[in-house]
Amino acid sequence: MTSNLRFMSLELVEGDVLQRTIDEALRRGGVFAEVFVEDRTTSSVLLDQRRVEELTSGRDRGAGIRVVVGDTTGFAHTADLSEAGLRDAAQAAAAVAREGGGGVREVALGTLRRYPSAAEIEPGDVDKAKKIELLRHADDAARSEGSSITQVQVALGDSTRRFIVANSEGLFASDHQVRTRFNVACVATGDTGMQTGYRPVAATRGFELLSPMVVEAAARGAARQAITKLEARPAPSGDLPVVLASGSGGILFHEACGHGLEADAIMKQASVYAGRVGQQVASPLVTLVDDGTVAGEWGYLAIDDEGHESSRNVLIENGVLTDYMWDYLRSRKDGRHVSANGRRQSYQHLPMVRMTNTYLLEGDSDADEIVAQTPYGVYVAQLGGGQVNTATGDFVFGMTAAFLIENGRITAPLRDCNLIGNGPEILQRVDAVANDFSMMPGTCGKDGQQVPVGCGQATMRLSGITIGGAAA
Amino acid sequence: MSQLLERADRLLESVKGAEEIEIYLSSGVETEIRAYQGEVENLSSASSSGIGVRVLHDGPGGAQVGTAWAGALDEESVHETLRQARENVRFASKDEFVAFARPDGVPAAALSLRDESVLTTPMDEKIALALKLERRVREGDIRIRQVDSANYSDYVADAAIVSSTGIRASYARSGAFLSVEAIASDGHDDQTGWGLSAARAPSGLDLEVAANDAITRATRMLGAVKPVSMRCVAVFEPRTAATLLAIIGGALSGDAVVRGRSFFAKRIGELVASPLFNLLDDPTDPRHFSASSHDGEGLACRRNVLIKEGRLEAFVYDTYSARRAGTSSTGSALRGGIAGSPSAGCRALQLAPGDEDQATILKNVGFGVFVQSLMGVHSGVNPISGDFSVGVTGLMIRDGELAEPVRELTVASTLQRMLLDLCHVGNDVEWLPGSAAGQTLAIEGIAVSGS
Repeated sequence: MTSNLRFMSLELVEGDVLQRTIDEALRRGGVFAEVFVEDRTTSSVLLDQRRVEELTSGRDRGAGIRVVVGDTTGFAHTADLSEAGLRDAAQAAAAVAREGGGGVREVALGTLRRYPSAAEIEPGDVDKAKKIELLRHADDAARSEGSSITQVQVALGDSTRRFIVANSEGLFASDHQVRTRFNVACVATGDTGMQTGYRPVAATRGFELLSPMVVEAAARGAARQAITKLEARPAPSGDLPVVLASGSGGILFHEACGHGLEADAIMKQASVYAGRVGQQVASPLVTLVDDGTVAGEWGYLAIDDEGHESSRNVLIENGVLTDYMWDYLRSRKDGRHVSANGRRQSYQHLPMVRMTNTYLLEGDSDADEIVAQTPYGVYVAQLGGGQVNTATGDFVFGMTAAFLIENGRITAPLRDCNLIGNGPEILQRVDAVANDFSMMPGTCGKDGQQVPVGCGQATMRLSGITIGGAAA
Repeated sequence: MSQLLERADRLLESVKGAEEIEIYLSSGVETEIRAYQGEVENLSSASSSGIGVRVLHDGPGGAQVGTAWAGALDEESVHETLRQARENVRFASKDEFVAFARPDGVPAAALSLRDESVLTTPMDEKIALALKLERRVREGDIRIRQVDSANYSDYVADAAIVSSTGIRASYARSGAFLSVEAIASDGHDDQTGWGLSAARAPSGLDLEVAANDAITRATRMLGAVKPVSMRCVAVFEPRTAATLLAIIGGALSGDAVVRGRSFFAKRIGELVASPLFNLLDDPTDPRHFSASSHDGEGLACRRNVLIKEGRLEAFVYDTYSARRAGTSSTGSALRGGIAGSPSAGCRALQLAPGDEDQATILKNVGFGVFVQSLMGVHSGVNPISGDFSVGVTGLMIRDGELAEPVRELTVASTLQRMLLDLCHVGNDVEWLPGSAAGQTLAIEGIAVSGS
């Protein structure tokens, strides 16, 4: 079996080789060195207009080595996992240690801590024909929603990521992450032009994530979203109350404060939340958590990419800022506990402070009641993404399915647009949180690195935020 | 002859029976240095290589294609990649339009886009550039309170594409970049500004331009307020205009057209934009950082006129979308590295310059919003429906000049409407990294959403 061969080849980087590589990395005087060896296999299938257009398999394997001297980090990566290849990369990473004369330091790695995957069905064990059957089922379901559906694209991807991380403090751990992702994108065409619908299903799980029922629900949802939007009118502009439906509304917190609570922005005084621990930064209804331990969620981690066990970290409690998110080097420098938020896109990237699953704890209002008590505003059923400037706190997030609220009732569909606000101001305007919590998967980009994250909240209301619509 | 091309040639010899094979090899080296408070914060140096394979089986009812890739070029990885691609073929649908590119006789432009000095410049000089950039911005204005990211980066990339259908191409490119983000403060308000200089080699970089850009953009935003909602002219400066052009370029992809995902479909010959709008995609123009002699299928890149005096003239095609549209490839296959399959797209968009500079455009516009930076382009622009809504920071235009800074606003319209509402095109073309150059553009009838 290929999967066994792959496992073997990763294990070929034995503990004693890693140990010697770290010794080499420290030879010129580094205070910290780390070797991260990764082997990732991916596969994806794309069904476009009922055609299986592409079935792709990919593999990326290599090592990233970093050496820290003072406040400087040297980094090199290589696809050559032989001892000589690792030694060369270690020397390249160590080149930042200009003083030289570090001398020989013996590093003793601890016992390897292994974190197996909880996937029930490994992607490699699934018949490719079976995956295609599932995609066809989704395609049929989307088209059955109406003849105005003119385009259906269904994609299925999975990745198996194994890594070993070892550092000069003796840390020695390996993880095995299996992720599966399915999404469907529909185009509906009518007199008003084309409109789009999109639904993702993604988790840190194996192929058991996807059943005909699950993909069918997503496909029907995406198709209905596109069809509904054919009747959509331009969204209003200006400040209005907004109700965010349970799930993707979590993007609000990801952008409005999540990135601003990452310790790299904090330590560079490049965040509006720097120096505000202990202060009321949000409405008392806001208790925000970043939690890598939620098994199966898209942002789940057994250990982060620096080898530390993931944890549940309360960032804001009843509106009061309690803590930031940290990677290992910054928490060490600040004398903090490790929050296990050090993540990297691949062995070719340096770890950074990143979110995992970030969510708002649910409240005790009823979702329908919240809508009923909103005389006029916007109901956002689905958000598509966002962006933030952490230094100013200004952020946007885009709605991909939204409706007017008139007299406490959800009425006319609205066309796509962004909403814009300032984090610390908007967090104060959370005036209702319901009890229908759910999560959504997403991909978070920062400094060119993409990592899977989860967002979550229950239906909630902002008393006002600027809607960036095109209506006068 | 490049080593990659030789290696690709040898791999092509493994073709079995009736299959067709396309092999794409790439290799590159890159450096990235970040300076912070007078020290090197990070220094990364790396080399990488990889292979992307497509295997095609032709038969009754059409051809099937399977793909695979690996981020390494050792024998085992290459062998496994070929095996996976061959296995994947069987599962693809038969499609009469699927084919690999075949030589079409168009000669490739002779471009010199790889500057060896990226490799020979000593690391110490590169480090010095990053440190100097950080210091220059920090000391450039008393209101600059932080330089949170000051970077030098460079790369050299080589690629080769060969196929059993007669394609045989290799090309190379280099780049060097300085980028910096500054935070300005007046004691009450913080604002950020971002500066950039790009060149083929370190010697072509202009540190002063990058530094001054970051300082000016950050400091002039201090005291920004949220404007009232209104409808007015929006003036996009070259950087934000380039983003806009790149989005429009996406809808001109033959791939989007044949898949029914472009609002330009079936509109060839129609007026889709203001007569001021003359758009071409020309990767053979070496002033573009994304210039290339060959496309992602190994065909020669060429100059394609897309919109002429507002009239839609043509789309860009790769081999597949061209066959589906009943035409031939325009040499416009893009390939997102080893893991990506070719797909039609614009590589080097350029809008024919108008005859006004930015100051003249502002004067003629009189009143409006000057768009300095965009936020949420991925979340607020739908290239299929054309809905456009983005977050903006910028300045008001009053009496024909830049006035008070504004923030926390959105500008919205539809892409279709914006093309028709274009009222001024600048002559101040800036060559930027990315798929489009940019110049000052003024667009009427934009909905500004604020308080």
